[in-house]
Amino acid sequence: MADSIITEEMQAVVGIESEPWTLEVSNTSARMFARSVGYTDPLFYDEAFAKSKGYRGIPAAPHYLGTPVFDPRNSDPTFGARRGSGPRLKHNFKRVLNGGTDIEYFDTICAGDVLTATNKIAELQERQGSLGVMLITITETTYRRDGQVVAISRGTGINY
Amino acid sequence: MVATDQKQLTYEDVEIGQQLELKITPSTQQLVQWAAGSGDFYQIHYDTEFAKSTGLQGIIVHGALKHAFLGRMLHEWIRYDGRVKRWGVSYRGMDLPGQEMTCRGVVTGKRQEGGENLVDLDVWTENPQGQKTTPGTATVSLPSRG
Repeated sequence: MADSIITEEMQAVVGIESEPWTLEVSNTSARMFARSVGYTDPLFYDEAFAKSKGYRGIPAAPHYLGTPVFDPRNSDPTFGARRGSGPRLKHNFKRVLNGGTDIEYFDTICAGDVLTATNKIAELQERQGSLGVMLITITETTYRRDGQVVAISRGTGINY
Repeated sequence: MVATDQKQLTYEDVEIGQQLELKITPSTQQLVQWAAGSGDFYQIHYDTEFAKSTGLQGIIVHGALKHAFLGRMLHEWIRYDGRVKRWGVSYRGMDLPGQEMTCRGVVTGKRQEGGENLVDLDVWTENPQGQKTTPGTATVSLPSRG
């Protein structure tokens, strides 16, 4: 594959687990998330109501896996994620699109939870698309609370 | 507003082929709210000139927001005692703010596994032309009437 955009150096990064980073779920962040998805269910806004329905607190609405602790010294200014926590994938593409999301839950996440996440590049692919040659990166992120896995997400990134 | 006194859905209530639907017209305001709620401030979702400079026609809806919309459709169906176990989608087509998006689901299977009552679905979003812009699958767990 002489013309492959995926170099040996890039392939060597696949599977390497990152350093952990911390994500917080607060009443305020859980409400802001639910509001942005258009939920009207008091479950996602009213702590007493959530407890009356058997939840430990306001639950994180589906897709919300906490907010990475932002620190301008090491957070990405656009996406908020921690930078440099794992080996960098070097490529020359300037543009990025989100190709897909898959989330699996093993427990309910509620406001007050502090999560620890690590990620790794699970797979690299290259594809021809309407925007030209694209680099497809599947990143798998594991979220833990007190050492127990509460969720795993798989994201597909498209660079072009 | 969702009714909080709506009857809890149970495993026994669900039939294969059953359909779900949630219509949403995301505004640019909602995209900005999503940027704050999710922490994703990528400019293609609120800055038209920036979006065009990357080869897009204009501002597009965040893919992850469409995943979250489908999660909301599932939650509003399974209610307080149900749980979304897994759902995954591909962002195949771009959706635009101000256009109606229809979130849909259809039950494809039911199984009892590891003490859980699981329901499998195909889920997707549709644009006004009826194209599936965000196809995927989901699994939810439900209480049993016992």
